[in-house]
Amino acid sequence: MSEAQAINRRGALDWASKSAQRRVRRRYAADWRLQAYGIVAIAFAIGLLGILLASVVVNGYPAFVQTKLDLELYIDPSKVKPEDPAKGNYRAIVKSSLASLFPGVTDDKQKADLGKILTSDAAYIVRDYVVDHPEVIGKRITLPIAVSDSFDQLYKGVIPKEVDALSITQERWFERLLNRGVVVEADGRTDLKLDVYIDPAKIEAGPPPTGDFAALARNGLQAYLPTVHDTGLFTMLADDAPEAIQQRVAADPSLIGKTVQVLLPVSEPYQVLAKGETPTVPNPRFAPGQIKAFESLVERGMVRTPFNWELFFNADSRFPERAGLAGAIAGSFYALLVCFLLSFPIGIAAAVYLEEFAPKNRLTDLIEVNINNLAAVPSVVFGLLGLAVFLGFFGLPRSAPLVGGMVLSLMTLPTIIIATRAALKAVPPSIREAALGVGASKHQVMLHHVLPLAMPGILTGTIIGMAQALGETAPLLLIGMNAFIPSVENVGLLEPATALPTQIFSWADSPERGFVSRTSAAILVLLGFLVIMNIIAIALRHKFERKW
Amino acid sequence: MVGYLLLALIALSLVSYFFGRRRAIATVGGRQHDLHSRPSYHGAFVAAWVGIPAILLVLIWLFLQGAVIDRLLLWSLPPGTTDGWDSGQINLLLSQIKSVAAGHIFGEPSQTVMMAAERYKEWQWIARLAMVAAAFSVAVVGFWIAGARIAPAFRARHGTERVMSGLMIVCSLIAIFTTLGIVLSLLFEALRFFDRVSPLEFFFGLRWEPQIPIREGQVTAGGAFGAIPVFTGTLLIALIAMAVATPVGLYSAVYLTEYAHPKIRAVIKPVLELLAGIPTVVYGFFAVLVVAPSLRTFGETIGVPIAPNSALAAGAVMGIMIIPFISSLSDDAISAVPRAMRDGSYAMGATKGETITKVLLPAALPGIMGGVLLAVSRAIGETMIVVMAAGIIASLTANPLEPVTTVTVQIVTLLIGDVEFDNPKTLAAFALGLVLFVATLGLNVLALHIVRKYREQYE
Repeated sequence: MSEAQAINRRGALDWASKSAQRRVRRRYAADWRLQAYGIVAIAFAIGLLGILLASVVVNGYPAFVQTKLDLELYIDPSKVKPEDPAKGNYRAIVKSSLASLFPGVTDDKQKADLGKILTSDAAYIVRDYVVDHPEVIGKRITLPIAVSDSFDQLYKGVIPKEVDALSITQERWFERLLNRGVVVEADGRTDLKLDVYIDPAKIEAGPPPTGDFAALARNGLQAYLPTVHDTGLFTMLADDAPEAIQQRVAADPSLIGKTVQVLLPVSEPYQVLAKGETPTVPNPRFAPGQIKAFESLVERGMVRTPFNWELFFNADSRFPERAGLAGAIAGSFYALLVCFLLSFPIGIAAAVYLEEFAPKNRLTDLIEVNINNLAAVPSVVFGLLGLAVFLGFFGLPRSAPLVGGMVLSLMTLPTIIIATRAALKAVPPSIREAALGVGASKHQVMLHHVLPLAMPGILTGTIIGMAQALGETAPLLLIGMNAFIPSVENVGLLEPATALPTQIFSWADSPERGFVSRTSAAILVLLGFLVIMNIIAIALRHKFERKW
Repeated sequence: MVGYLLLALIALSLVSYFFGRRRAIATVGGRQHDLHSRPSYHGAFVAAWVGIPAILLVLIWLFLQGAVIDRLLLWSLPPGTTDGWDSGQINLLLSQIKSVAAGHIFGEPSQTVMMAAERYKEWQWIARLAMVAAAFSVAVVGFWIAGARIAPAFRARHGTERVMSGLMIVCSLIAIFTTLGIVLSLLFEALRFFDRVSPLEFFFGLRWEPQIPIREGQVTAGGAFGAIPVFTGTLLIALIAMAVATPVGLYSAVYLTEYAHPKIRAVIKPVLELLAGIPTVVYGFFAVLVVAPSLRTFGETIGVPIAPNSALAAGAVMGIMIIPFISSLSDDAISAVPRAMRDGSYAMGATKGETITKVLLPAALPGIMGGVLLAVSRAIGETMIVVMAAGIIASLTANPLEPVTTVTVQIVTLLIGDVEFDNPKTLAAFALGLVLFVATLGLNVLALHIVRKYREQYE
């Protein structure tokens, strides 16, 4: 039935007609599709949020424990003078303690490899302990000492003991040869049946025949995979592959200048691959013997993974196993303190003036436009401002939390002002009128009545502004608040410092594997602070929110 | 030292508050009704007179002291020492004198420098003492003036309120000063940059190689400041981000405003806003750790090489960050469409979907456009994601699988580490910053204009 027929003579639509029903179905299908798109979009966004959080948690949680070795040490009085314990030869003490664990090892190189199981800071850990407890000199003590990053990761199972010997591409090359029927198996051994051109330019007839047989074998293999331009291909041939050709030529010197079919043995990993298994080699990160020694320590029950308090109480370090967040947390704290002390009073004063006192004129309009625009200025521009004005013009010290806090306060000011104005607006005029009615001055109305009532809203806005400031990175980078802080002793408003987000940035840039999980752990700590701040803000809002 | 001085002044001001109170009560013999203003206003009046001028003096002193002492030092050098030097050499000499004065002696400083360092130490000591003395004398004078005015009929409340109003106006002006500071510092440094590099080259040049030699004989690329590849890279990444964020944000806004049950909306909306609350450095790490490698693996399996710092990875992650912006701004725009239009559409027999696509979205389009423009300005100004996940080398390409660089990446890489303000490399960052500031400001003004104009139509 056509569309035209669906409309009968009286001009009414025949809803029962098939085409009308189809149209209705189609319209509702479009409606349903729109809804489905919406659900997909939301699922996409929330799914990505989930992946983000999950990846951070999965990468970060191993960093909350630290692999440590309970090392028994003899604090030899001949190496540490009781009167000056800070200057002892602790390296030797750690070395001899380790040596006593492995009496069989005499080779210096192997001893050095064993020493690398422990963190490079091991001697300093012992020194710090002895300086704090001088009575242990001359005694035997057992100290938990962090193992170096590679062994930490090994023990946590982040990096494997053995790695795949062949890359995916290498396996693919072998697969292509398999598909061409070049790979033959005989007597439990895998060979490549290749056509090899015995190039007279490369071979002396002999006897015995000499020359670059390896090149012949390589050319033969290359001919089967002409598109591969990678010398990694030739590791497929076993070391005795050239000999196979040599033997053929020795047996029949007339082959020189001809193309012959030769069985060339493949190298060890490919032998394994041909059997359908995955070839592995010991992880090249570790020196030979290191893994065995570490496993013997594990068997002796000396390796533990206690909770990693150092993550919170150590300052930064070049060695991931010793790096902590104390410096960053202190720096962030000082910067936020300055930011709060500046932006909270200034923000409230500005908001109160604009909302309650300001006459409507050009100047106040200009201020309002400025505040709204400042809220949208990219954060990196505030960093440029801090660099040019605070560091360049006023000559304040680089990397200082004071400057960081000042820059952050300029960024949070608009947030606080906007939140305060909203909170002031929410206080009903009846309060103001009643106070004015009993003779209070405008300032008294403000200070005694309106501001206290608006305070919960103001505080909520301030905390949210502070949370934003805590996560802000770019302006801090520009004023150099990403200094390397190896000790928490000189932290101050004017000392070089780092902050949590900039610490995350520096760690994310570090190549060591251990810093990946430290970075994720630092992100978890940062997110933890943000969650706490937001929960406080929400709780404040719920507790004191009033409906007028 | 300065901190203690400020603390001491604040303490002094507190003390004088209590003094003022007691003095006011004493003037009327304890009968507080006879006072025009309550005693605490008298106290606050005295405290303001003691604290504010003295603290202001200290701050001004601190800002000027360094420059004045530097000038004095240069004058005191034997005549002819600095003849024909440029400002860089003079600054170097000054910093050498200061580091010698601070006890860090490297190599063998000349006799002049040693003597200058002695003088510098001495003068700094004098300046400090003078500052403390001046601050305290100003405080005492303020105390004397304000204390003398305490009397039963003195209108202390008016005085205090005037001071408060003044302080509040100064606080509100900080917004203007900040904007002024941004504009002036960017403009000033950018003009110095355009002194050395022609604006024509900067705005139309196709090669961006800012690594010019710092020391003589250092081998680097020639140093070219054509910013076109940087701008196109920024636009490419912003475009990718918007391509991710706009459909996702818009569809989720449509679903949340029109289809979702209010209870579901109350749960989903804050969860989406969480995406906006995550610090950008976390997104950057996510891009490097998860998104870029998975894109690369995906590319390998389908046989397309994708660079590890491709524009696609950075742009996509930035898009995720921007989703909540678009979604909440579109949400506002759709909810602001008057009820009557919705009802009219339903009355005509339109389905929900038809109402949305044919009535609500066209009506909300200006608001949505405004939101998209705001999001674009966010994307252009976003820094950490691109610093961590995008490239550093500027290449003129529209291929999202290759690395490109952005304005913000260049600003950060040019300014990280020690900064010399005489270097075109440093100044180039300010020129880029100026462009960034103008571009984002323009987008914001435009977006706000569109949103406001559209709102007026319905009110």
